[in-house]
Amino acid sequence: MNRSTVKDRTPSTLKLGLLRGNIEIRQFMRQRESVVFTIAFPLILLAIFGAVFSQDIAPGVTFSQYFVAGMIASGLVNSGFQNLAIMIPIEREFGSLKRLRGTPMAATSYFIGKSILVFVTMLIQVLLLLIAGVAFFGVDIPTDPYKWFTFTWLIILGSAAATTLGIAFSAIPKSGRGASAVVSPIVIVLQFISGVFFIFTQLPSWMQQVGAIFPLKWMTQAMRSVFLPDSFASQEVAGQWELGKSFTIILLWLVIGLIFSLRTFRWSDR
Amino acid sequence: MTRVNQVIDIKGLRKNYGPLAAVNGVDLHVSRGEIFALLGPNGAGKSTTVEILEGFRTRDSGDVKVLGVDPAIGGLAARQWRNRIGIVLQTSNDAGDLTVAESVNHFSHYYSEPRDPEEVIAAVGLSDKAGALVRTLSGGQRRRLDVALGIIGNPELLFLDEPTTGFDPKARRDFWSLIRKLKSEGRTILLTTHYLDEAEALADRVAVINKGQIIEVSTPAELGGRATSLAQVSWRENGETKVEKAPHPTAFVAELASRFGGEVPELIVKRATLEDIYLEMIGEADE
Repeated sequence: MNRSTVKDRTPSTLKLGLLRGNIEIRQFMRQRESVVFTIAFPLILLAIFGAVFSQDIAPGVTFSQYFVAGMIASGLVNSGFQNLAIMIPIEREFGSLKRLRGTPMAATSYFIGKSILVFVTMLIQVLLLLIAGVAFFGVDIPTDPYKWFTFTWLIILGSAAATTLGIAFSAIPKSGRGASAVVSPIVIVLQFISGVFFIFTQLPSWMQQVGAIFPLKWMTQAMRSVFLPDSFASQEVAGQWELGKSFTIILLWLVIGLIFSLRTFRWSDR
Repeated sequence: MTRVNQVIDIKGLRKNYGPLAAVNGVDLHVSRGEIFALLGPNGAGKSTTVEILEGFRTRDSGDVKVLGVDPAIGGLAARQWRNRIGIVLQTSNDAGDLTVAESVNHFSHYYSEPRDPEEVIAAVGLSDKAGALVRTLSGGQRRRLDVALGIIGNPELLFLDEPTTGFDPKARRDFWSLIRKLKSEGRTILLTTHYLDEAEALADRVAVINKGQIIEVSTPAELGGRATSLAQVSWRENGETKVEKAPHPTAFVAELASRFGGEVPELIVKRATLEDIYLEMIGEADE
């Protein structure tokens, strides 16, 4: 039959990826719980912590400012890692993934769609945190173009790494229902040991060493370089911002996430 | 029958789960334009066989061709193959936050020659619900949406897995006419079902699979020697119900009629149903 040869023109992977992104965002925005969880929860935390710990931690630097930088960095992990590592097992359990697998759509299109979803939710979250930080917690918007350069690569690289790690981790939860119980504590513990809820240099040194293995610590530190005065660099562990090191370690985690995503991603349970 | 018309072609298919042979040497041939029903109890190897055909599962040995392609292929060739098939899975609760129209529209982009989404929604009888969120649909409506998503790509071959589970009788009849319509468009349909009346109403041929092997392939009317099986004649005589298995029921009834000199009280002549034959074949018959 010549019909099969005509049918060889399947739509491009990128085009389908963009369409997936559109449909992912539409679905996400209609799920009120996940919108609240992903976008509003960090704002609530910001309001509580910012109000409770408002003392200065260095000349001209309040804990609130330190905390805002950490929460923006956490936003990368929330929208990428936490969101996907919980959402994908649910989609797997409900059969969405199996249904998609039965169509000519390539897995890559699915991943592009998820990346778009992560990027959009990340931008919304970061923007809201930034607005709240400026409005209520004395965070200054940087004027130095170099700081904006750092900010830009950081949110792109950071959410890309969080995306691949989220997809990779999604293979671990056995059920959709159990996913959030497995994933959420990991993120909260990371926030404690990475310089979000506490000042990193005040943590016990063993905890600092454990924290330094994971990317969130490097994201928070690089984010502080954007929002805190340069004088604060001397207060960091190495006495400087270590941006090159942050970049390298986050990139390394991105690659690790990518390798595991490709090897362990499952379309169905069993 | 030429090979070109073989939509599904299986020879010596085997699949083991540990020591258990789930599929143990299955041969099957399904021709273009047929509705072919695969029947069998749970754990008989039915789902495993279908999942291998759908490319969801790997096999241990045997030759499998679906539309002339090995379902185990990957990459672009797999996408081109999937472009020609449609799959309606057993359970689905996904994507409840999209509307019917959004879902069908979106899925239409996956295929190179999709059908018109609006027309497909109308074909499955969901036009009234096109703007409704999927999670607000009833079970039967959801199943219709599943079928819409399965046929939006204009498939040559459609897999239907337990399509009417949980339907009320009216919804099942409507669904059957939809399936017959799909067949009349020249599509091949592989149906798995637990309902024997469904297989009888829809299928051109049925295969019974048990313990990983095909027991018989036949038309529903002839399966298990059903067409030539003994008819059961029952009637009332001397205050009790009499039952007789008759090789020639017409002659037997004529004889009864002359004995009673007219009407035979409470006369029933019954042939084996597909279900009777099926249960006997898989060794679950009551007697």
